[in-house]
Amino acid sequence: MTTSTPPVTAAPTKAGVQTRATKLRKRLSNPWASLAAVVIAILWTIPTVGLLITSFRPEVDITRNGWWNVLKFWERPTLTLANYDQALFGGQTSLANYFVNTLVVTLPSVVIPISLALLAAYAFAWIDFKGRDILFVAVFALQIVPIQVTLIPLLTQYNQWGLSGTFWPVWLSHSMFALPLAIFLLHNFMKDIPPSLVEAARVDGAGHVKIFFRVLMPLLVPAIASFAIFQFLWVWNDLLVSLTFAGGRPNVAPLTVRIAEMVGTRGSDWFLLSAGAFISMIVPVIVFLSLQRYFVRGMMAGSVKG
Amino acid sequence: MRIKNARGAIALTAGASLALVLSACAPPMDEEPGGTDTGTDTGTTEPTGDVAEGCEDYAVYGDLSGKTVTVYTSIVEVEQVDQEESYDKFEECTGAKIEYEGSREFEAQLLVRVESGSAPDIAYLPQPGLLNTIVNDFPDAIVPASAGTEANVDQFFSPSWKEYGTVNDTFYAAPLGANMKSFVWYNPSIFTEKGYAVPTTWDEMLALTDQIAADYPDSKPWCAGIESGDATGWPATDWIEDVVLRASGPEVYDQWVAHEIPFNDPAIKSAFDVADDILRDEARVNGGFGNVATIAITPWTDGGLPILPAGDDDPQCFLHRAANFYQNNWPEGTNVAEDGDVFAFYLPSIDGESSPVLGGGEFVAAFRDAPEVAAFQEFLSSDTWANEKARVTEGGGWVTANNGLDLNNLATDFDKLAAGVLGDPNSVIRFDASDLMPAAVGAGSFWREMTAWFAEGKDTQAVLDAIEASWP
Amino acid sequence: MDWEYVKYYFNWLTGEIRDFLLVANSPGQKIVLAIVVIALFVGVMALLLWLVDRPRNPRGWLVASVFAGPALVLIGFGLVYPAIRTTQSSFYDRTSSVFVGWDNYVRAFSESEFQIVLRNTALWVFLVPILATAIGLIYAVLVDRTRFEKLAKTLVFMPMAISMVGASIIWKFVYDYRQASSPQTGLLNQVLVWIGIEPQQFILSQPWNNFFLIVVMIWIQTGFAMTILSASIRAIPEDIIEAGRLDGLSGIGMFRHITVPSIRPALIVVLTTIAMATLKVFDIVRTMTGGNFGTSVVANEFYTQSFRYNDKGLGATLAVILFVLVIPLVVYNVRQMRKVEEIR
Repeated sequence: MTTSTPPVTAAPTKAGVQTRATKLRKRLSNPWASLAAVVIAILWTIPTVGLLITSFRPEVDITRNGWWNVLKFWERPTLTLANYDQALFGGQTSLANYFVNTLVVTLPSVVIPISLALLAAYAFAWIDFKGRDILFVAVFALQIVPIQVTLIPLLTQYNQWGLSGTFWPVWLSHSMFALPLAIFLLHNFMKDIPPSLVEAARVDGAGHVKIFFRVLMPLLVPAIASFAIFQFLWVWNDLLVSLTFAGGRPNVAPLTVRIAEMVGTRGSDWFLLSAGAFISMIVPVIVFLSLQRYFVRGMMAGSVKG
Repeated sequence: MRIKNARGAIALTAGASLALVLSACAPPMDEEPGGTDTGTDTGTTEPTGDVAEGCEDYAVYGDLSGKTVTVYTSIVEVEQVDQEESYDKFEECTGAKIEYEGSREFEAQLLVRVESGSAPDIAYLPQPGLLNTIVNDFPDAIVPASAGTEANVDQFFSPSWKEYGTVNDTFYAAPLGANMKSFVWYNPSIFTEKGYAVPTTWDEMLALTDQIAADYPDSKPWCAGIESGDATGWPATDWIEDVVLRASGPEVYDQWVAHEIPFNDPAIKSAFDVADDILRDEARVNGGFGNVATIAITPWTDGGLPILPAGDDDPQCFLHRAANFYQNNWPEGTNVAEDGDVFAFYLPSIDGESSPVLGGGEFVAAFRDAPEVAAFQEFLSSDTWANEKARVTEGGGWVTANNGLDLNNLATDFDKLAAGVLGDPNSVIRFDASDLMPAAVGAGSFWREMTAWFAEGKDTQAVLDAIEASWP
Repeated sequence: MDWEYVKYYFNWLTGEIRDFLLVANSPGQKIVLAIVVIALFVGVMALLLWLVDRPRNPRGWLVASVFAGPALVLIGFGLVYPAIRTTQSSFYDRTSSVFVGWDNYVRAFSESEFQIVLRNTALWVFLVPILATAIGLIYAVLVDRTRFEKLAKTLVFMPMAISMVGASIIWKFVYDYRQASSPQTGLLNQVLVWIGIEPQQFILSQPWNNFFLIVVMIWIQTGFAMTILSASIRAIPEDIIEAGRLDGLSGIGMFRHITVPSIRPALIVVLTTIAMATLKVFDIVRTMTGGNFGTSVVANEFYTQSFRYNDKGLGATLAVILFVLVIPLVVYNVRQMRKVEEIR
């Protein structure tokens, strides 16, 4: 946990939460609900499982029959690591190089927009200034601008500033493109926080900066964690922004560029993508799992009374 | 682990039947021995006095130490490896550095880069239509071909290839690699077993089609697939172009491409009907996949695979028209040879007399006016490069229309045949029409309407009218 | 003399810094650069905040401009400026050189298939947000507080972690069609064969193929809805739940009267966000049908015109149509914001 107990909140004791949780679990879990959950989980997973199995099949088999034939173990289906071998070691430049590039692109592109968006969201939610609402609506509506229309104007500018071919245009662009959604999401989470909390802190003489860091930030951990996951994913899986602003040279190109090219000049090796997709998926899934513990339950418990 | 190279590295024996068909137009093997000087170079740079050993052919480019040339192409790995290797000697002898970047998003990305002022020094344009767009829309960005490049092209390429790199009477881009599209892939062992002969006229091909249909009631003679993601439809345009070239002749073909006759001209309609006869006949297609409509949803990479039988079964399909580069699609371990698992014959002309060929290829355009860029562009159009590239492409699967190429340097007999036709001044070669037409047609309505032709069984006249209406 | 000395070292230093910030070649250098950039950014922001946090500095606009300013500058440069330029080019010809007035708009609307494109876009933007949010919400509630919560959430989240190219292949293996006599490669058709029905050409059958493409987007976006909604379900104060329980609520009653009202703002956020993403998405259509078979949407037409045909004018016009389509969403959100304001 990054946060200590929020000053104004009286967190319920752990034991209390648990007993209540246990009671609730009993109430909510009935066979139909469980069945529905299982059905959704299976429906959502099967397509991916199909790809996972496909990634271990030889090329000839992939085009000849469906992946479920692998389950007919009595027919001795062939499995192979050849697709992974080719995906991992087939390129001229080692895949590790692209991993590093992706990481270098991703970290600032997640931290910078989230920090900026948090501050901006705070301003839109809790600071009174003229034109605030109109400005907020404008920012929110800008989510619709397709990235594609921004490529040429931005690239022209970056060239003039001598930034092309470095990581800077990628960081800047990812930050810009993430801001409208980030501000919108975080603003709405902030609005959820009872005004009484903020008022109380204000009465105690806290300025905006203090209120932001001491009162709001701890309560926003789940919101920040969930947005961080998605911003991370978008940057991680992005091809267009990197390709346009950093180019496809091994020095700056991220993993997605390499994976998109695995299929070969004329797309004839598309089956390699099945392996490529799983290789690039590992990190996002780990991030999702590790950020899940920040979805803390009951953080705002008791706060409404205050 | 270079699958494709391993795949192509299978030794090929001479394709006798193909050779028979094409022998009339195959150039003598020793016409332009590799390694001779480019001779007519007008020289953008002065040759230096002392030349390192093995660098004699590169002396014309002078000393380019410390200079860098950036190259942007649609050619990615695995082919990229051979491309880069073929510049090694140039880099070594001139001291220049070539920075290569390949991308599958090349076509859209190149225009973005050109427009925002970060064009590469050199780009390999896969369609003359794209060259046209760039010259017309960004005339200040592109640089006309250097004098040395033009001299090379005059010497080593037939005039029509030079024409494809020319816009508004200015020569911009020299041909690089080429492909030969008029091939029909088949299963040689079945042909031997059943005593089928490789057809040399269109009628023989139709007779063979009926013969196969009668011998194999559970299969279909032909198979095709035109699905290709956002480029769905292009393989169908190649099919049609090959037929237009045969049914209506090269002159009509040229007029059609230049829009001197409308797209829905009766001559084009009749060519469509010839194709219709095979491609939209439920008795003849779509082997291994289903009815005619499945052509629209079958990936082009899968389109010919039913030719390879599964186990001891009969093949689901016997004939598949596709370019020479389809050889990369056969699964690893497939023997591409005249007596192997698959091979290709020349798509016969209607009369069996003429030998029109549908081709394609990349063109080298320059975007920076500098000696090193000019020198590299010149190098790529020379016989030196063509032979060097052939030599390093050990797995085969690469050809060029450069007639300075010594065919013996090519890795496979299949490549030798394709290159022989392309480099022969007597072949009636026509460039892929959809690559020459404006993008809104050649990469738009032509693809789209061909897809509807199969998917919805759209009336031929309606298809032609719709494409004509979309011509900008 | 001394001055020259200082100048020399100053130039040397700035040159070094510049090189360090722009040129990174080895993996180590790159990672260090990323960390330094983050640290620099945090440092600058901290300094700014510290500066405005002087006591007795009540001026709202100054504080607001430090809080919101950097974000607004980036948005202005990266989005507003291109959006204005796009709107401008929509009134110019294909190379943005000749003013053509409303011609592009007339062209866009008079294209033979544009009505189908608009119909499809409406279908997408209506079905995807509602279904993805509904399924994500139900799933989040169902797995909340269960033993398998982590695993269950990861399963539904996974589609989000798969890149677009991966997703298109995944769904190829679901919708693929082979003739009845051959082994099927698409799962859905195999299921049909197992239960004794002829295999169907899902991608070809108009207009149903649109729904099959929409399913892909729902499959991807449900993970987003689930994650955000799950975070806000967890933020529901325990005492509210307790109160509901004391009122005798359970199961569906709890869901309707406690859960949904408590996370209403989050629901609106999720619906809006997915709707925006859906309006913009074109990769699914582009990779699965290329816009053929009556499945194109406005975003796909925009992409094709701008980057395939290089028709700046018409491409920009289609982007502007996208901007316009978002207005109802904006109005709805503004209304909701007003309501929340009033309650306060």
